[in-house]
Amino acid sequence: MTATAAPARPAGPARSDDVRISTMSRRRRVRDRLASVLMVVAFGVAVVPLGFVIVNVAQQGLKVMSPGLLTRTIPPDTSSNDLSNDTIAKYGGTASTTETTAALGIGPAIVGTALTTLGASALAIPLGILGAIYLHEYGRRRRLARFVRFMTDVMVGVPSVVMGVFVYAIWVVPRGVGGRSALAASFALGCLMLPIVVRSTEEMLRLVPDTLREASAALGIRTWRTTVTVVLPAAAPGIVSGSMLAVARAAGETAPVLFTIGAAYRYNWGLSGGNTSLSLFIYNQASLTGATSLRLAWAAALTLITIVVVVTLIARTISTRATTLH
Amino acid sequence: MTTSTERLDDITAPGRGGRADSAFRSLALVAGLSVLAILALIAVTTTQQGWRAFTVLGGRYWFGATWNPQAGRFGILPLVYGTFLVATIAVVAAVPVSLGIALFSTEVCPRRLRTVTVTVIDVLAAVPSVVFGLWGFRVLAPRIRGVYAAIHGALGSVPGLGRLFGTSSGRSFMTAGLVVGLMITPIVTAVTREVFATVPRNDKEGALALGATRWEMIRGVVFPHSTGGISGAVMLGLGRALGETIAVVLLVGANPRFGANLFGTGETMPAQIARQLNEAGPLFRSALVGLGVVLFIVTIAVNSSARALVTFIDRRTRGAT
Amino acid sequence: MTGEPASPTIDLTARAPRPAPAGAERGADETVVFDVCDVSVHYGTFRAVRNVSMTIRRQEITAFIGPSGCGKTTMLRAFNRMHDLTEGARVEGTIDYHGVDLYDPKVNPVEVRRRIGMVFQKPNPFPKSIYDNVAYGPRLGGLAKRSELDDVVERALVRAALWDEVKDRLKRSALGLSGGQQQRLCIARTVAVEPEVILMDEPCSALDPIATGRIEDLMEEMKRDFTILIVTHNMQQAARVSDRCAFFTTEVNERSDTRTGVLVEFDRTEQMFSNPSDERTENYVTGRFG
Repeated sequence: MTATAAPARPAGPARSDDVRISTMSRRRRVRDRLASVLMVVAFGVAVVPLGFVIVNVAQQGLKVMSPGLLTRTIPPDTSSNDLSNDTIAKYGGTASTTETTAALGIGPAIVGTALTTLGASALAIPLGILGAIYLHEYGRRRRLARFVRFMTDVMVGVPSVVMGVFVYAIWVVPRGVGGRSALAASFALGCLMLPIVVRSTEEMLRLVPDTLREASAALGIRTWRTTVTVVLPAAAPGIVSGSMLAVARAAGETAPVLFTIGAAYRYNWGLSGGNTSLSLFIYNQASLTGATSLRLAWAAALTLITIVVVVTLIARTISTRATTLH
Repeated sequence: MTTSTERLDDITAPGRGGRADSAFRSLALVAGLSVLAILALIAVTTTQQGWRAFTVLGGRYWFGATWNPQAGRFGILPLVYGTFLVATIAVVAAVPVSLGIALFSTEVCPRRLRTVTVTVIDVLAAVPSVVFGLWGFRVLAPRIRGVYAAIHGALGSVPGLGRLFGTSSGRSFMTAGLVVGLMITPIVTAVTREVFATVPRNDKEGALALGATRWEMIRGVVFPHSTGGISGAVMLGLGRALGETIAVVLLVGANPRFGANLFGTGETMPAQIARQLNEAGPLFRSALVGLGVVLFIVTIAVNSSARALVTFIDRRTRGAT
Repeated sequence: MTGEPASPTIDLTARAPRPAPAGAERGADETVVFDVCDVSVHYGTFRAVRNVSMTIRRQEITAFIGPSGCGKTTMLRAFNRMHDLTEGARVEGTIDYHGVDLYDPKVNPVEVRRRIGMVFQKPNPFPKSIYDNVAYGPRLGGLAKRSELDDVVERALVRAALWDEVKDRLKRSALGLSGGQQQRLCIARTVAVEPEVILMDEPCSALDPIATGRIEDLMEEMKRDFTILIVTHNMQQAARVSDRCAFFTTEVNERSDTRTGVLVEFDRTEQMFSNPSDERTENYVTGRFG
């Protein structure tokens, strides 16, 4: 506990006979070194499991990964250890291969993820950008704007499973089984994305210097045209990157999709009717026993993690470039 | 040159685009209000669907100590207990690690490596919950059993304390809590890093100029300046942990119970919803949606206090500089 | 009535060379662009500048000078209603623009700013191409034809003395220009919408002496077409370029310990610099204060 007072206390007047300064500070130096080491350890504590996750997923996933896997439909019964030759034949594989992977596929789940994420983006991104424009270009520090901003922050923290329950209650229950669709899942994911898009866009609008708004206003240009022709283009890279992060988040979410999307083994390119997604597929396969479902789960996890991480990294690159610009 | 009378008419004229401006403004306002509308809709519809459980079960719902849907018993307390236990483990695990990483990347790490650390943490944040669940379920849980067994062997016979460290099948409060802790580390790190960045440079340099070591400077200047912000970050992490679903479903063990054994199985509210909602009958469904309401209220309370804390601290520090 | 100064120490009406504020006469004087009457500007409860009255004449350069914090810029921004964009800012008194009060509820601030342009302290070109910066105002004003736009852009750049330097790289980003070029681009951008008045808020404070000299020469040219109001820190600049000068200073309110800007003296520039009638002006222009 002695260290707390230390910053306020200088090492003492440097008297010529005080050679013990170095011995006295050794304890402090050790403590300092120890603290730095602990910080590195903390970083390691987070990074090592992350490394394991990525390496494990890659290892297990690559065992079954193939272009065919990404495009074939999902076998309806994956819970047995090996698929029967009939099933393999039916799904386009050849029974002669010792590996049953020839019949395995996750294509419909990829399509489902793409559809729901696109649907959610179509709902949440325009609405979110407009909402941010209200907050920063019109509302600013008004009481209503401050309240909306606060509630947006609160909404960011609402668990994704609640979004799923919400859309389930408002959309699926009244419609019965038919209510489950890519559209319903898009609603749930859109609710999840909306506050994220609003807040990240507002941050980006804040980075646009007010002098640009003034310059445009001084030319006799109205606020909305200034917003559309000057502010949004200047903030565009940041807005794009923030929206991409929201997309990545939505693509990886399972809970909102779980009660809203239904089920599908074959391709469903439409917004209505049961569908599936990579995340839901992983969850379903992970809870089943059997080597086949596990293999599929790893393959889907590899696909999903690749999509999400790539989108995230692209978004990061865009945003670092955007912030260095200002 | 136009004449002055023309100008007079000009500047009082409504001008072009006035209507477009107000239309755009209204549109933006509506978009902003949509956030409020959705939150209100969430509250109303879920309460409506949960109403049946609230009224039919009443006190047995809110204060019941048994959650056993097959037996028609829907007491939420074991789930509330499990939810908070897992979240607490997660926060206890994540906060020191996050503080360490945040300090590492703001104070210690060489500038060139800073972007790398931030990127790594971003990637960690990007890994989907279900992937953590799959990994925890298939890789971590079977292997961590040995660790649990060793701890049980060492501490299991200690009176009192030993009850916390019982036997384990791998899936447990602890496993779920640790994985959730890993998942909330990025958000806690990001917020604390922002908080640390607001510490005035002058104060830090002042401490260093007085001969403080870096660690002494951190303890003497950075921490006291950031206590409020760190509490906010902890609360945000707690909010996330309380709502974490899919990873917990795969790791906690589907066993709604009270119990001190951290290595034993349990259940949380979001996990129970995720597990059962698709197959539930009317009353059960209502009880599950009711859990959603509880979760909604709890996370809103936690997050608003976190936000209030952060803005309060923000204002205080901004006023000081 | 209006010209009544609140502080007994300053008698503005005695010095301001404005015509008698009778309506009929004011309308008759074609050279008057602005008739400013007892204007105060507040930010929330803080009064930044108070009780300013002056007359601005057509095709003259009027300079606002004074120590920093004396409300020159605040006053300047009242002339094109830029304060509308600042929350909590409030303007009292009247600024008659050709006989119409700018703060009359009927007046449309957007139309005001079309006619009264502004050049800012720091060059603030849009992050667009040079061409698009200049074409921005006319384009949003409804000019769509490519050839006409080209003409407008060229004319504006010529008038801002920038054409020769940029004619080969109109499509390049404006952010690649030097500070002085950027400021002239901002002038071109303002000129392109053909305002009657141009407000300049310390346009040279971020520039080096050579760039400053170019802009001063430019203002001399622009005087033929525009009425210019310029805020400047630099007394020599005011003496060089302006026809009339307004000297502002700060008054400390003992009770609230706040500073408010006041107009001390408003006169022809050579009069102000050779024979100021207020002691404070004399101290400032001779460098004894400020």
